[in-house]
Formats: sequence, structure tokens, C-alpha cells
Amino acid sequence: MTHKTGLIDRRSVLAGAGAVIASPAVVRAQAKTPKIAMMLPRSGFFAQAGQSCYRGALASTKVLADLGYNVDIIHIDTESSNDVSRTQAEKAINDGANCLIGAFESGNTLAIAQVAEQRKTPLICNIASAPQLTGQGYQYLVRNFMTGPGLVTQGLKLITEVAKTANLEFKTAVFLHANDTFGTAQSQAMDKIFPTLNMPFKIVESIAYDPKAQDLSVEVTKVRGINPDLLLIVTRAGDAIKLTRDMVRQKFEPKAIMSPGSPGLYDEEFFQAVGPYADYYIYNIPWFNVKSQMTQALEASFKTANPKHRFDLDGFNSGFTFEALLVAADAFKRAGSADGATLMKAIKETNIKDHVMIGGPIAFNDKGDNPNILSASVQNIGQKPVVVYPGDVAVTKPVLPFPSWQGRK
Amino acid sequence: MSLSLYAEVLIQGVLTGLVYGLMALGLSVIFGVVRVVNFAHGEFAVLAMYCAFVLFGLAGVDPIAASLPLAAVFFAVGYLMQRAIVQPFVTRPQHEQFILLVGVSLVITNGLLLAFGPESKHVDLSYSFDSYTLGGVLIDKTRVYGATAALVATAAVFAFFRYTMTGTAIRAAADNLTGAAVVGLDVKRLYAISFGLGLACVGAAGAIMMALTDMTPLLAPSLTLLAFTIVIVGGLGSMTGALAGGLLIGATEALASVIVSPAIKSMVSFGLLVLVLALRPQGLFGKAEA
Repeated sequence: MTHKTGLIDRRSVLAGAGAVIASPAVVRAQAKTPKIAMMLPRSGFFAQAGQSCYRGALASTKVLADLGYNVDIIHIDTESSNDVSRTQAEKAINDGANCLIGAFESGNTLAIAQVAEQRKTPLICNIASAPQLTGQGYQYLVRNFMTGPGLVTQGLKLITEVAKTANLEFKTAVFLHANDTFGTAQSQAMDKIFPTLNMPFKIVESIAYDPKAQDLSVEVTKVRGINPDLLLIVTRAGDAIKLTRDMVRQKFEPKAIMSPGSPGLYDEEFFQAVGPYADYYIYNIPWFNVKSQMTQALEASFKTANPKHRFDLDGFNSGFTFEALLVAADAFKRAGSADGATLMKAIKETNIKDHVMIGGPIAFNDKGDNPNILSASVQNIGQKPVVVYPGDVAVTKPVLPFPSWQGRK
Repeated sequence: MSLSLYAEVLIQGVLTGLVYGLMALGLSVIFGVVRVVNFAHGEFAVLAMYCAFVLFGLAGVDPIAASLPLAAVFFAVGYLMQRAIVQPFVTRPQHEQFILLVGVSLVITNGLLLAFGPESKHVDLSYSFDSYTLGGVLIDKTRVYGATAALVATAAVFAFFRYTMTGTAIRAAADNLTGAAVVGLDVKRLYAISFGLGLACVGAAGAIMMALTDMTPLLAPSLTLLAFTIVIVGGLGSMTGALAGGLLIGATEALASVIVSPAIKSMVSFGLLVLVLALRPQGLFGKAEA
């Protein structure tokens, strides 16, 4: 006769403990809604961009729901720090995240990628351009953004093409760039790529400056002394403001001022600080397609979610953040599982034709990069960024040559 | 580059140097009289910039015009700070003075970060984008106004020390502390006035700089370093040296930027500092110690 005492035997305890330990993985794999960790630098050095991406994530939920995708987003601040990014990624996976998205900055993203690889949890990079991200053979990483050299290559090609639309020719250019990490990387890419593109103009001088300098008057005087047809710039918002002030004061007016791919010129801070003098700069970067229905839906949702912010200025960060969420949600639906390996396989097989940013379908090559993203020429007109080239996505024609600073209101 | 562009750069450097000179003058006055090195000098300059920023935001007061009332406020702050906090440290070892003033600098920087955040701030003046043209040479209007205000403030400080009884007494105390005490001068009060004057200089300079550049609380250490470079080049404790040092550093940095590269302008001023320390350790206008 078996006597049941009501006490739990050793085997039951072990089985129960095993079940408890294994349960997060089982729950993760069986989840009906993917739990996505949105890892962004919402404080620290990259806070402005991180907040902009965050606003995009807030606006994304409704658009995704309308498309039939439900997602559970955990918002995480990486504090612009590699160490915090790494530890927060660990924590997010421990808390049940099925997929990680982030992290705007390459260093932070690399730190997260190492954790994602160890824990076999997919990481979808929304924005980060360092080539080494997808060059290290990570199996659990895809990037829906361009590499730095890709940005420069497309940025330079667009300069010639957009100038042609205005029957403008450049013979000389000066390259003025910040000597921070991003500016130096862009400068190195420029040194490498420019000679290979057979461009119709010469870069007669490359000038590096400290973005923390109190003003850029001497730099502008030096550029004036050279008097190039084209001024190529790589800035962030703070130094773009100083540069503009000194160019206006010194009445320096080349045929065009263009950025072959850098932020700063479409930041709210820049528009607020220089007002009408923010107009007519051209920057060649990946941009959102205003003609896409999905972009229009995202813009409408953005206005509701962030009534104090302009989608025009946040659209770049918001668009790429939305697309990363779309990739995750779409893959989860196809995979029918949140198991890391199964989900990653589905992510790699992504083929989304209708989306927000300019370019072909969202799809990833063997390295994990999306080769279909295209840059566009965007010009500030009426104190808002407007796509001016290529024609199929352009809203208006470019204003070239660069109008005088005088008389702007 | 044409000669007029070099002239333009040189003029810009000199105009900026006058504002730098006023800021460094404050450091020199404090050290020259009280013999305390103000390691919170840049932080006070940034504090003045934020005061000017707030005044502009609340009442539309031009930061250059605000330099006068802010100088008065900073004089009072300096006077009280010397009496309450610095005076007990005057006779204590230099490392203790250092710790005290570094503590003050940390309080100011973190207080500003808490109040205003790390984002850069600027003011938009009606003449921010304007310039004068003189014989083909363009001169930034804001810089002209700022340098003029700095020159007036510097002249006022020089006149105070040269023509007033209190100024003469402070110079006497700086030259011979024992002698000043023997003849009955209230040395503690003279120290407090000197500290107040030092902060008045930095208050005025900070307000003027607000019109010239953007600022964040994190700008402070670089301004402290700049003030130190200027007074060491000019001669620690020498008022003329502070002014000359400011002009020299401003002009040298500007010319180095245009002749060599803008990215190395700080290296040039530090090179100048090393050169002066090697060849004339007391600075260009400083007195050699006996």
C-alpha cells in the first residue's frame, strides 16, 4: 500500500525546479506577442537622437496594430554608454525580451551585439553605420541602415546628380568636418572613396575643426580665402549653428553647401538657433518617403503620440526605428515562435516591399545588411527638410545655386 | 589667402583676446592680492553666462549690457565668498585651497547641470549675424561690441587700482602685507574687495561671452584652463600681463588656425605657455621671485 503523505518528494521538487528554471524560455518561445527591447540612448551624449528614435517607437505601436501586428515594447535607456548598453541588454533578455532593437550609435550597438550573440537573441540595428558591426560574422544581428562608406559613396554621387538638375557645375570644393569620431570616420571614408568615383570637382582643402570650439570664424575665413564652388560639411547641430553664424557674418556664399551624409542640419536645435539661415543646405542621407502610405500613417500616429514635435525633423530617426519594429513583428508572425534561432531565421528571410524609408524592399544580405536602402538629397526649404532628388521621391526641385544670406526672413 | 584675410583673422583674434583678457584679469587680481588661485574661475564665468542667458530670456536684456549689473552682483558674491569661505584658507597650505575651490567649481557645474541640463544654450541678438566692412576687411559686429565692453571694464579696473584710495591700499597690501597691516589697513576687507573685483571681472567677461558663443556647464574647465594659460603667459599676479596675455593668446590662436590648421590652435597656445615657462618662468610681465 502506498501511503501518500501530501509531502512533495525529491523528484517532484527537482522536476518543479527544472520547470521553473526553464519556464521563461518556454514562455518566450510560446509568446503570442513578441516582447521587444527598444534600446536607445535617451540620455547622455546622444540623447537628442535617442529621444527622437523613442518618439518614433511611441508612434509605431498604433501603425503596427493597424497592420495586424501586436508588439510589447520595453523601453530601455542605454545612457549613450557601451557598458550600460551591455548590462541593459543582459537584463532585457533575462526579463523575457525575444528581440532587441537599437541602438543609434555604433559603439553601443556593438556592445549589445556581443550579448545578443551569446544569448542567441536577435538584434535588429535601427541606426548605426560602423562597417565592423556586420563585418564580424555575428549570426544574431541584422542592420536596416547604411554603412559609413555606403553613406559617403551615395552622398557623393548625389552631389553631382542634384547639381545637374540645376545645370550647376562645381570645379572646386572644400571639405570642412568636425574632428570627433563621426567626423573623422567620414573624413577617412571620403579620402578612400572620393578618388574612386571620378567626381567632376577637386577637393582643394580638407579642414578639420574642434566641434567644441567657441566659434568657427577662423575656419570660415580660411574657406573664404580658398573661395570654393562647393562647401562640403560634416557637422552635428551645435557646430552647424556656429558655422552658419560665421558664414552669414562673413557673407560667404558658395554655389552650394552640401553634406555627403551627416546629422545636425535637420535638428530642431539648428532650426531654432539660426531660423531662416537654416534654409538651402542640402544633405544626402537615407530619408523617409513622404509618398509612401505607410509613412503617412506613421506621420499621423506620430502627431498624436508626440504633439509637440515635428515629424519632418524626427522622421529619419522615427522611420528607421519603426522599420526595425516592423521587421521584428513581421518575422515573429511568419516564424510563429519567439525562439531565438527560429525568429532570427525568419528575420533573415525578411522581404518587406511597403515600408517607410526610401529604397527597395527591406531584405538582408549574408552579412546582415540591407543593401536596398537609398540616400536622397534633402534640402531645408521654408525651415523644413524637403526631398529634392531623386525625382520619383522628390517633393520639389532643388534651390540652387545657394541663395544669398541677405534679405532672408 | 590675401593680406586682408590675414588682417581679418588677426583683428578677430585681438577682439576675442580682449574678452579673454578681462576674464583672466579677474584671476590675476585674486592671485596678485589674496595669493589664492581661483580654481573655480571658469565655473564662475559659465555661471555669469547662464545669468546673462536668464536675463535675456526673462527681460530681453542684451548680454553685453547685462555685463555691468552682473559685474556688481558678482562683486557682492565674491566679497561675501571671500569673507565666509576663502578667508579661513588664506593662510592654509595651497593644496587645501585647491580642494576648497575645486569643491566650489563642482558645486557650480553640477548645480547648472541640474538646473539647465547639458544642452548648449545661446542667445539670438538682433545683430548676431551682422558685420562691419572696413576696406575689404569684415569685422563681426558682436565681437566689436563685446571687445569694447571688455576694454571699458578693464580700463575701469586699472583706474580703480591707480586712482582710488582703496585701490592704492590693495596694491600696498599686495606688495607688502606686513607693512600694510602695520599702518592699520584692514587687510581682510581689502582681500574681500579684491576677491569681489576678481569675480566682477569674470562676471562681466562671462556675460559678454554669452553674446559671442554658445555655452554648456561643461565649458567651464576649458575656460579655467584658458584663464590659467593667459595669466601664466602674461605673468601671474600682473594685471598688465593678464591683458597682454589675453591679446597674445587670442591673436596667436587665430593666426595659427589660418596658417597651420584650426584643429591645432589649442596646441599652439599651450606651446606658447611651455615656451614662456622655459624662457621666462615669471611670465612676460611678472616679477621674478627674489
